[in-house]
Amino acid sequence: MKFLLVEDNRDLANAIVSRMEMSGHVIDHAKKLEDASGFVATGEYDLILLDIMLPDGDGRAFLQQHRASDFDTPVIILTARSQVSDRIGSLDLGADDYVTKPFDHAELEARCRAVLRRRAGNTKTAIEIGGIMFDPVAGNLIVRGKAVTLRNRELRLLELFLNAPGQIFSKSKLADRLFSYDDDVSENAIEVYIGRLRKHLQPSTLSITTLRGLGYRLDLDG
Amino acid sequence: MDSPGVSGSLRNQLALTLIGGAAVLALLLFFAVRSYAVQVAQQGQNNILEASVTSMLDAAAIRDGRIELDLPYAAFSMLATPADDRVFYAILQDGVHLSGYEDLAFSQGATGGNLMFEIGEMRGGAVQKISASRTLIGANNRTEVQIVLAQTQDALSETLDQISRNAALLGLGFFGLAAALSFWATSATIGQLGKLTSSVTRRGPQDLSPFTKPVPREMAPLVTSLNSLMGRLDQSLSRSEDFIAEAAHRVRTPLATVRSYAEATLQRVDKEENREAMRSMVKAIDESSRAAGQLLDHAMITFRADHLEREEIDLVVVARELVLRLTPIADMKDLSLTLRGDPHVPYSGDLVLIQNAVRNLIDNAMKYSPAEGAIEVAVALHPRPQIRVCDRGPGFPTDEIEALTTRFRRGANAANTIGSGLGLTIAREVAQAHGGQIELANQEGGGACVTLSF
Repeated sequence: MKFLLVEDNRDLANAIVSRMEMSGHVIDHAKKLEDASGFVATGEYDLILLDIMLPDGDGRAFLQQHRASDFDTPVIILTARSQVSDRIGSLDLGADDYVTKPFDHAELEARCRAVLRRRAGNTKTAIEIGGIMFDPVAGNLIVRGKAVTLRNRELRLLELFLNAPGQIFSKSKLADRLFSYDDDVSENAIEVYIGRLRKHLQPSTLSITTLRGLGYRLDLDG
Repeated sequence: MDSPGVSGSLRNQLALTLIGGAAVLALLLFFAVRSYAVQVAQQGQNNILEASVTSMLDAAAIRDGRIELDLPYAAFSMLATPADDRVFYAILQDGVHLSGYEDLAFSQGATGGNLMFEIGEMRGGAVQKISASRTLIGANNRTEVQIVLAQTQDALSETLDQISRNAALLGLGFFGLAAALSFWATSATIGQLGKLTSSVTRRGPQDLSPFTKPVPREMAPLVTSLNSLMGRLDQSLSRSEDFIAEAAHRVRTPLATVRSYAEATLQRVDKEENREAMRSMVKAIDESSRAAGQLLDHAMITFRADHLEREEIDLVVVARELVLRLTPIADMKDLSLTLRGDPHVPYSGDLVLIQNAVRNLIDNAMKYSPAEGAIEVAVALHPRPQIRVCDRGPGFPTDEIEALTTRFRRGANAANTIGSGLGLTIAREVAQAHGGQIELANQEGGGACVTLSF
């Protein structure tokens, strides 16, 4: 997926960029509306993350202007305002969703996923590998021609593994990605999800290997 | 709301002044008419007396050195009155009594052809008395005939009584008319104030625009001060709202930055003790951010509760929007978030506050739900418009249900869950601002239910 981030706060922008790259997305960063217009004119984006208060104007004005000129890339607004009515105002202007700062990155990703899924009609995001076809945006998994229903955490777990086949993920790392920090997660919970995913992947050539004391790894030809 | 202290009434004061004035004027009118009538009546009697006495004197003549006086009939007949007033007379020659009542004294001032009116008393009754004289010149002497004529005043006082009665009636009529006019004038004047008052009262709570309708000149300074007061109020209100939004922005932006860094770092760090530290950091940031958010929400609610911006809303639409909005977050925990109930629940309330309250309830439900649990949002029209949020979490500790809606209180079983304890407080205050309430209950088979009813 290719994202455009329009955010003037450098620290926050860096954090979002590194997090998105970690999840396997390509992300361009514009510091002001002028740069954003340039990026939009030259590149195609799957999603735009738009801050409201920018040095050279209001993000909502930018959004309104672009919606007026038949620009239909989904937009998620990043806002620090807490008032609900303000949020609704952004949606009326054509934003697909909004997150209130400070946001949980998992929440941002969940919202991106939800927005992309809603708009997924014509995009091809499916990965075909080892006998499965997986569309992380739509959340579809087809194993040996048979559709499998994945729960959200199973889906995210699979996405995580598929983004880095062969890499070892420790239990705690997986837990941090799957659960929010206020969840009281036991290591057993991770085992439950690994177990479910293994079952789903059974018919394919993909397998999840347990490395005692280290974690788990996705192997393509198990 | 406090009523201002009341000192007197403008209406009464004005009416009393006007009616009092009218009463004084009516009395003055009465006395003026009466004294004028007395004068006119007295003048009339005097004229008749004068005519009568003149005709008598005219009839006097000297014949053979003696005075001859044949009293003309007309001289008495003209004195006849409907009240049968008595007439007394005395005829004197050079101060010597000739005829008539001896005790009717001639006034010395009337000698030498003069006339003199006096008030006197005869036979126990007040009389109007005229003395007149005429000098007669005979062949070898000159003598003076003096006549005193007196008439009782029964007819006069009868007339005066009648005139007084009429004058009193006139005065009363004048007073009545003036009183009615004062009432009308008072009501018309006070009515202008009343009009202004009702147009102030009729205004919506958010309407702080200046009054532009024309008012009488005397009320213009009041309306001007009122307008300037409302202008200042409007400014300070919008400043408070801006301040709350600005505070939210200022607090949350740096928190967002720190959180992003912490989270990004957490993904890169492998050493478990460092990870644990980063995790605590993110948790702490979440806690303060959420608390800041809820405190600001709470400030906003306290601020708005006094002047609700009511509008026609459909609680189902409100709930559906929130459910759609929160579904991605519920998905992250594999929670199912469902909406059910009546198709339309129209209600006139403050959209911002109700959204805030319901969002807090759903947030709470998501926080306490076990993984893959179900959260149900139900909207109903009867018995009262209400939104109920139920989860399958641990439920409320039964002995604490009452205390839980107090500020900063959290259930004893809420350890390990991030929260400021303001969520239920916010929901309760929103409900109360709308004249409703929240009800906490535990479901059979586990789970908490919070009902927000209006």
